Amino acid sequence: MSKKNPEYDFKWCPGCGDFGVRRAIEFAMINRLEETGLPMENNVVVAGIGCSGNLVHLLEGQQPYGFHGIHGRTLPVAMGVKMARPELNVLVVAGDGDFLSIGGEHIGPQAARNLNICAVVMDNGVYGLTKGQSSPTTQLGTVTSSTPYGKIEAEADPLELYLTLGATFIASGFSGQPRELAKLINQGMDHEGFAMVHVQSPCTTYNDTYELMKGNARKGIEPLMYDIPEEHDASDKGAAYNLVQQRGMPVGIIYKDETRPSLQQRVDEIKAKAPRRSVEELMDSFAF
Amino acid sequence: MQMRDFVVRFAGEGGQGVVTSAEGLAQASTQVGYHALTYATFPSQILGGPTWTQARISVDPILSAGDDVDVLVAFNREAYDTHREDVREGGLVIYNSNDFDLEGDDRSYGLPVDELARSTGNNRAANMVIMGALAHLVNMPQAYLEQFVEARFRRGRANDDEIIDSNNLALKLGRDESASSGFSLGDLTPPAMPEYPQIMLKGNEAICLGALAAGLDFYVGYPISPATTILVFMERNLVGEGKFAYQVSSEIESITTILGAGYAGKKAMTATAGPGFSLMSEGLGLGWMAEIPLVVVDVQRGGPATGLPTKTEQSDLLACMYPAHGDVKLPVIAVGTVEECFFGAVKALNWAERYQGPVILMTEMALAERVQNIHRPDLSKVQPERRLVYDGSNGYNRYQGYELSPMPLPGSPGAYVANGSEHDEMGDTTHLPSRHIQMTERRFSKLKLLEENEYEADNADEAVVMMPWGGSKGPALEAYNQLREQNVPVGWYYTMLLSPLPPALLEELKQKELVIVPELNYQGQFSGILRSQGVNAVSITQYTGLPFKVRDLVERITEMTNSHPKEMVRA
Repeated sequence: MSKKNPEYDFKWCPGCGDFGVRRAIEFAMINRLEETGLPMENNVVVAGIGCSGNLVHLLEGQQPYGFHGIHGRTLPVAMGVKMARPELNVLVVAGDGDFLSIGGEHIGPQAARNLNICAVVMDNGVYGLTKGQSSPTTQLGTVTSSTPYGKIEAEADPLELYLTLGATFIASGFSGQPRELAKLINQGMDHEGFAMVHVQSPCTTYNDTYELMKGNARKGIEPLMYDIPEEHDASDKGAAYNLVQQRGMPVGIIYKDETRPSLQQRVDEIKAKAPRRSVEELMDSFAF
Repeated sequence: MQMRDFVVRFAGEGGQGVVTSAEGLAQASTQVGYHALTYATFPSQILGGPTWTQARISVDPILSAGDDVDVLVAFNREAYDTHREDVREGGLVIYNSNDFDLEGDDRSYGLPVDELARSTGNNRAANMVIMGALAHLVNMPQAYLEQFVEARFRRGRANDDEIIDSNNLALKLGRDESASSGFSLGDLTPPAMPEYPQIMLKGNEAICLGALAAGLDFYVGYPISPATTILVFMERNLVGEGKFAYQVSSEIESITTILGAGYAGKKAMTATAGPGFSLMSEGLGLGWMAEIPLVVVDVQRGGPATGLPTKTEQSDLLACMYPAHGDVKLPVIAVGTVEECFFGAVKALNWAERYQGPVILMTEMALAERVQNIHRPDLSKVQPERRLVYDGSNGYNRYQGYELSPMPLPGSPGAYVANGSEHDEMGDTTHLPSRHIQMTERRFSKLKLLEENEYEADNADEAVVMMPWGGSKGPALEAYNQLREQNVPVGWYYTMLLSPLPPALLEELKQKELVIVPELNYQGQFSGILRSQGVNAVSITQYTGLPFKVRDLVERITEMTNSHPKEMVRA
């Protein structure tokens, strides 16, 4: 929206992973538009607070609707939009701090409800906008501005967390591969249920993990990233657990359960039993 | 002796039929044309615990639960010990002699409630035994009660007759037993059935009906006393095409979920009590900032923190008037009667749509759980409002200008970012001083759309006036009526529109020597707000967890008018 807006003064640092995620989301929304014929305004991007949330202002080309609210609350806002207007495509974008720390309490309930949205988490393992504090995914022992002698608690494992909480679609991607990432996001959008797309999106200023992700043969660094083998059965939860417990950062679809109905489907089914009464009829029940 | 008014308190253990007895008496009375009001207080536990409910039956419309208890029905000894002192001189105690024995109280008699009920073959008829006994005391015709039994139990079942006969027998046994005690209180004046249609319901139910009448689409909530009954009602009844009601996992989810729904174009609401309201603070600020219509109902209980979950208080006013950090001022409506619960909810939803932002609707425990007969609201007079919706093409600036502008809805042209950061006209984040000035002024300007001169004024030429707010209206009005009968020179003002206050009302109040504000909190919250607006207001405060007694208000106001103006120093 803000490509030609001189008033908007926010910038990502050169090389920030979020550029790639933005590109992937633009690709995904265009793909969707071409596939469904629905206008761009049918998409609603609900953004968190932090570097990642600014994505909603930095999208180029045709503009979707956006919601840039308060820290940590992307999921319940997205639920409000989706359950109010089920025909809309609702996409959440948030960082690891927003989504997993202050917003962590909302993941379990939405997974249990199987809310039909797609959440893209941009994980850089640090609080960037507040200048380099430790986040849930910062590695144990890492020195940051808020952990001057090293991070004290163990790092979160988001993929395992989503699996345990019952997300019905879990994909893992890398910001350096926007085309591939777009495909994962499109599949998350198409999934009838709660879809998590967790993206490694390095922070070049405070936590540059490009080399770790991609490896460096000269320095003898093995890449953490690897493509999920074709034989992986994403419908098998046990196999998904095995995958996320291995060392390294898998890229692709880890888990997909298409058997569970979405929140909307359950609501439609359950509430069909309810008698529909007008206000006048409801008042009759209090008349004497 | 003729009685126009009759107050019964039922006290015992939760589960002993305390509430159903009171509500049964109230229903039986309203069916023949009396007015009725119940006031209930519960223990904060699932089963058992001391509990009591008061029912007031009157020939005239009722304003308060009644200061003086004519009859105490004590289900156990503890209830007798606790409540005996509230029985007026000349009043009576009926105690359940199957539960305990009582000696040395010559204004009491035992009623073998359980035994009499059992003898009808219907153990569940115990309430009817008590109602029969009460009917004798005020010489209420048995036919009134039998009419109630017929209405309640005629449900087209095979054993209807059997059930009705056993209940009528229970009424008779209770009445005969009461008659044999030799006690009587007088003759309750025969009722005059109001000529308008009536409904009988609780304050929270009236809020639900009002919200539905105003076109509510979307409700989410989290269980919390005393707001839970609104969630329960909505889950059951807010159904159908485009409607949604759901229990979410916290009050933070409640507010942020309705923010999403309001943004997406729906009329959205949640209800909570003080602790939940505190959790909604940041979300309310976002609603103000991003300009999203929604309604939050605060059913006040005693506070702070967990406070008194099942007692009444009016101590959330400052929290509602100053609900969030930053430059925020949300509209606040506070209802004072069950009827106002209905119309206040309509107004709250309309205001939210009209000015495109959050509205706070305040009520309180004593109203939420009160059962009262009211004039059935005429739905043809309810005019739901709808926000100004943008229906042009793309390229629109949602936050343009210094005043309200049409709101685009997702799915249609006019895409923008609803932004909780300070933003420019397109909704993009900005830090320019000129923008913060424009947007701040824009947000505050919209409140002007809500200025309405809707208020009550009586004897408005008096220099000293009363102006209660919220649920203290009833006891205050009853006190006012008594004061005027005693020729005490005091006037009356009342509005449920606390912010923005009706401008004409504020002007009138500023001219008064003294504005007396009865309110259930320690700080005198509303009088402080009035003083900040240039009104010489003082509070009569009470912080017992219970509503005002009319007698106390009459005494205090009489004193204040006597000492005024010579001892009063203008603030």
